[in-house]
Amino acid sequence: MRRHAAMAVGGAISLALLAISLLALVWTPYPPTAIDIAHRLAAPSAAHWLGTDPLGRDVLSVLIAGGHNSLAVAVVAVGAGLVAGVPLGLLAGRRGGVVDDLLMRGADLMFAFPALLTAVIITALAGPGAMNAALAIGIFNVPVFARLTRGATRALGERDFVRAAQLLGRHELAIGRVHILPNIAALLVVQASTQFALAILAEAGLSYVGLGTQPPAPSWGRMLNDAQTYIFTAPRLAIFPGLAIMAAVLGLNLLGDGLRDFLDPRLRRI
Amino acid sequence: MTGWARLGLGIAGIVFACAGPALAQAKDTLTLGMVLEPPGLDPTAGAAAAIREVVYANVFEGLTRIDGEGHVVPGLAASWTMSPDGKTYRFALRPHVTFHDGTQFDCAIVKFSFDRARAPDSTNAQKEIFEPIAAIDCPEPETAVITLKRPDADFLYGLGWGDAVMVAPQTAAQNQTTPIGTGPFRFTRWVKGDRVELARYAGYWGQAARLSAVTFKFIADPAAAAAALLAGDIDAFGNFPAPEILPQLRADSRFAVVIGATEGKTLLALNNARKPFDDIRVRRALAYAIDRRALVTATMSGAARIIGSHYTPNDPGFIDLAATYPYDPARAKALLAEAGIAPGTRFTLALPPPPYARRGGEVIAAMLQEVGLNVDLVPMEWATWLDQVFKRSDFDMTIIAHTEPRDLAIYARDHYYFNYHNAAFQSLFARYRETTDPAAGIDLLRQMQRQLATDEPNVFLYVLPKIGVWNAHLHGLWSNDPIPANDVTGVYWGN
Repeated sequence: MRRHAAMAVGGAISLALLAISLLALVWTPYPPTAIDIAHRLAAPSAAHWLGTDPLGRDVLSVLIAGGHNSLAVAVVAVGAGLVAGVPLGLLAGRRGGVVDDLLMRGADLMFAFPALLTAVIITALAGPGAMNAALAIGIFNVPVFARLTRGATRALGERDFVRAAQLLGRHELAIGRVHILPNIAALLVVQASTQFALAILAEAGLSYVGLGTQPPAPSWGRMLNDAQTYIFTAPRLAIFPGLAIMAAVLGLNLLGDGLRDFLDPRLRRI
Repeated sequence: MTGWARLGLGIAGIVFACAGPALAQAKDTLTLGMVLEPPGLDPTAGAAAAIREVVYANVFEGLTRIDGEGHVVPGLAASWTMSPDGKTYRFALRPHVTFHDGTQFDCAIVKFSFDRARAPDSTNAQKEIFEPIAAIDCPEPETAVITLKRPDADFLYGLGWGDAVMVAPQTAAQNQTTPIGTGPFRFTRWVKGDRVELARYAGYWGQAARLSAVTFKFIADPAAAAAALLAGDIDAFGNFPAPEILPQLRADSRFAVVIGATEGKTLLALNNARKPFDDIRVRRALAYAIDRRALVTATMSGAARIIGSHYTPNDPGFIDLAATYPYDPARAKALLAEAGIAPGTRFTLALPPPPYARRGGEVIAAMLQEVGLNVDLVPMEWATWLDQVFKRSDFDMTIIAHTEPRDLAIYARDHYYFNYHNAAFQSLFARYRETTDPAAGIDLLRQMQRQLATDEPNVFLYVLPKIGVWNAHLHGLWSNDPIPANDVTGVYWGN
């Protein structure tokens, strides 16, 4: 019961995040890049619910638009991980042998590097920007999904229905698509929600150090960076984006945990 | 010793111990915060302002020196005379001057220092100071005669720069790591990444420093700098990096906040060789379109002086031209229309790393949007900026602070990154350089400022403020930065 409550909370937060980000496409209370020096650093009020920043921009609007950008980067990053990682995992899992060894040792190699540090190096080399940040984060999602898919594929490969399909001479691609993918989809969804949370955190980190989303595009990480020098005079500038990041990461993790428990038959029976 | 005597001594000891904290208040050491650590400590072999901010006047001295007001005053030369044709300077050197290692200072040192600075293999960052020198003669040890190829109005001023300090032959090569000069402080220790320590030099020729020791502590992060100041770990910041917390510091009676001017002329630099910035109407339109007061509020918390030419109030002959192009978006739009610039035209704005550029870029982009121009912000690391913008002149607009003092010369150059060419300005500058009459020199300086304000090759924004924040009991630090320096020679603690 408690698990379901956690999942509901996580789901609600994640849905709200998604809804707000989609809303940002068509509407924010104020344009997020509209500068109004005369009303800079205003305290929260009826006109500006979360106040204004050092350039007089409406913090709520920047926060909403920033959430949209964070989410967009995370979608690309996790999407890249899925699109590249799952086929590689299937290949390794079904082929085995040298192919499997090569792919999995490659994955080990990538796991050996601290992900964020390498993302910093990649964006520093390829040039800062939201798209490069998304790809840099995405690269580290590839081995995550590849390894997961490979393990599950190996386990399923021993099952009768897969063996039967194999004996009937079904093409490997068809076996993967019809028999394996639907059975590991739940696993992938759970993993994706966790990776999503990590991607949002990574995007914020990269933008904070100036390698992610570039000005004037709003982003939570950039908001934190901007807020840094105002920490003594207007701490709310750091608190709001900090809370947003925390809520997003918490929500996605709760959702992921809940989904895992929900989808895992063994845990469900307990 | 009797019991009573012992008791008396004991009481005296206790009293003395109690007096400890009171004695400690008569502090004679200083910890001064700086944002950047210098790459070396030899001001004659590097351009970094941070070098001068440690050693200028404190460790090294030149024949002349620049005081806190920007005036040229005697340094190791007690006095000098100039020949009527402006080509020969005769310096009377101070007697009894020694380097920190005991080496005697005399005319041979002057000759060595300047010959080293102007040698072909010299790494001096301001070789043009020495370029006019034809010969250096030593008729006697305490007299130096310098002959110039042509008169140079800025010669004595240049000799006051950190690049022209006196160095001794035996120690010059090691000055990057262990600087040995003639100043009132001698170098004691450099803990890389953290601090440089100086101590009072007992053998100083002039009035001894009142501080016994000075520590220059390097803190790059503005928030950490603020925290160190509030915690009392740092006594003073000559140039405090976090203008955002000034309101809080001003309200705190422990601190004195002194806003002065540096030499940092902050510009929206334009590529005058690239269309449409070759059109004076476009350049003026940009000047009218930027609300510089609002810009200063947003980027410097309001603590900066607006300028209308490439010149600061610290400099001789300064005239206030800030009102030449008042904020007037309607006029900007009209001028742009006149020049045939369609609304929605896109330009790029290259932004080097400092906050004045990054944050200022966002503000200026928004202001130009108001007059119908779309600006793509291109943040760059220093290496990229130096190569692409400064070296190859491949840019539309950029925001940059020129921190070299009195550098009108850059507008007279044939090749410089913003590509300004005006024969009238060049002739004014040539006349200025060769003038020997101070009044005529001032007049030419004023004409040059007006010429630049008229042509507006760059949009002149504001002078980077020198935000001095220090313990309210501390006296004698500079309010302005006419040259990069943290001159602590006259600093002392009051009550």
